[in-house]
Amino acid sequence: MRTKHVASLTLVVIAASTMGAVPAPEDRAGTISGTVTFTGTPPKMRPIDMAKEPSCAAQHATPVMTENVVTGPGNSVQNVVVYISAGAPPAPAPAEVAHYDQKGCEYIPHILALQAGQPLEIGNSDKTSHNIHPLATVNSEWNKSTPPGSPPIKATWDKPEFIAVKCNVHPWMHGYFAVLPTAHYAVTGNDGTFSLKGLPPGKYTVTAWHEKFGTQSQEITVAGGDVPKVDFVFKALPY
Amino acid sequence: MKTRNAPAVLVSGLGLMLMLSGLAPLSAQEALVGGVHGTAAAGKEQYRRYCLGCHGQAGDGNGENAQWIEPKPRDFTTATFKCRSTPTGTLPTDDDLYHSVTRGFVNTNMPPWAPLTRQTRVDLVAYIKSFSTRWKTQGAGTPIAVPAETPATMESILHGRELFQKMECWKCHGPAGHGDGPSASALLDSKDNPIRPYNFSTGSRFKCGETNADIYRIFMTGVDGTPMPSFADNLQPEEAWDLVHFLRTLQPLQTPEATAWHAWLPAHEGELKPIGPDQGGQ
Repeated sequence: MRTKHVASLTLVVIAASTMGAVPAPEDRAGTISGTVTFTGTPPKMRPIDMAKEPSCAAQHATPVMTENVVTGPGNSVQNVVVYISAGAPPAPAPAEVAHYDQKGCEYIPHILALQAGQPLEIGNSDKTSHNIHPLATVNSEWNKSTPPGSPPIKATWDKPEFIAVKCNVHPWMHGYFAVLPTAHYAVTGNDGTFSLKGLPPGKYTVTAWHEKFGTQSQEITVAGGDVPKVDFVFKALPY
Repeated sequence: MKTRNAPAVLVSGLGLMLMLSGLAPLSAQEALVGGVHGTAAAGKEQYRRYCLGCHGQAGDGNGENAQWIEPKPRDFTTATFKCRSTPTGTLPTDDDLYHSVTRGFVNTNMPPWAPLTRQTRVDLVAYIKSFSTRWKTQGAGTPIAVPAETPATMESILHGRELFQKMECWKCHGPAGHGDGPSASALLDSKDNPIRPYNFSTGSRFKCGETNADIYRIFMTGVDGTPMPSFADNLQPEEAWDLVHFLRTLQPLQTPEATAWHAWLPAHEGELKPIGPDQGGQ
C-alpha cells in the first residue's frame, strides 16, 4: 500500500515539476527595443505663419513649428516609425479604430501608424473647413472636405504604404499615415526610443522610417527573452 | 478569313455577344460604351498616332510634348482621373473616360477627340486602362445617384450662396468665384505642379462638362489629383442642387439662374452678408 502511495506521490511530484518547467508563452516572447538618433546637423524647423486662418492662429500662443524633422535630447529623432518588415506572420487587421484629428490647423498625430485593413476615423476639431487629401499611390488617392461639425470620415487602407497627407486649403499642414503590414510597430517619441514586444523566437527584419531621413533596416534574431538594444543612426543634413 | 480560324472567330463572337448582353464580365483590356465594344489591342495603334506625343509611350504623362505644356498630360499609370461619375478615390466608368476623350479638357492642351470614330475612341479607352493594374484589381466605381434637379428659385439660389460660404468654397474660388481666394495662390496638384481653381467669371466650360448635372457631379465626386475635394459626405442631394444654382450666378452666361439673380439683386443687395471671413466664428 505504501509503495503505491509513494509511486503515485512521485508521479504527482514529477508532473508538478514538469508543468512548472514549461514556460508561459509571455516568457518566451522577446522584445526588440532601441533608440533612434542622428549624426550631423539637422535642418532647423521654422515657425508656421497661420495668419491666413485666424481661427487656427488664435489657438497657438506661440507659432507652431514645422514638423518634418523633430529632434530631442541626446540627438534623438522623434516620429520615426519602427516596425517588423519581415519575419512576422501576416497580422489580421485589428478592429480597434485609429484616430486622426485636424486641430489648430495641424494633424494630430503628425504620423499615425496603423495596420492595413484597420478602420480609421478622421475628425475636424477646428472651426474652419479642411480637406483631407491622402496622396496615396499604392492605395487609392482620394480627397474629401471636412467642414467643422461634420461627423468623422471613415476610411481603410488595404495595402501597406507610407501615405503623405495634406490639406489644400492650408498648405502648411503635412502628416502621414504609416500603413503597416504588421502589428509590431512603434513611433518614437521625443526621446527616440521604441520597443517592439511580444515577438516569438525567430529572425526578423526591423525597419526604421523617417519622412526626411529615409529608411534603414537591420536583421535581428530573437532567441527568447529580451535581446540587445537595436539602435538606428540617421545621417542628417542641414537642408 | 481562313477556315481554320473559324472556331476562334465563333468563340470570340459568342464571347462578344455575351459581353454585350451583360452576361460575361469585361476584362480590363476591354471597354464597352453605348454598345460599342473596344479592345486595348486595337487602341494601341490609335494611341501611338494620337496620344503618345503628350501622354508618353508608358502612359505616364511624359510624352515629348509634356515639357512644354501646362497643365501636364494625365499620368494613366496612377489611375487617378479628374472627371468621373464615381466617388472620389474610385475608378471612372468606361463612359466617363469616353466622355473625357470626346470632350477634351477646356483650357488645356487636350483637344476634343470627337472627330475620331466612336469605335476608335472606345478602343482608346480600353488601351488607357491597360496602363494601370488597378483596373484588374478594383474595377470601376459605382456612379453616384444624381437626383432630379430641383427648381432654380431665388430661395434655392440664396441657400446655395449660404452653402458657398459655409463649405468655404470661397477660400480657393474667391468670394465672387474669380479663383482668387486666400488659398488659391499656393495650390498644388497631387504631382506638386501649381494649379489654379476654376474661375467662374470667365464663363468657360468646366473641364468635366458644362451642364448643371456636370457641376453637380464635379463637387459631389471631387476632381481627383487636384485640390478640389468631394463634398458628397457634407451635402444632401437637394442642397447640392441649390449650390449648383448659385454657382451659375457667378458666371457671365445667360442661364436662367443668372438672369433671375441679376433681376433680383439691385433691390436686395444690401440684405446680403458678404461672402468671406468674419462670418459667424470664422
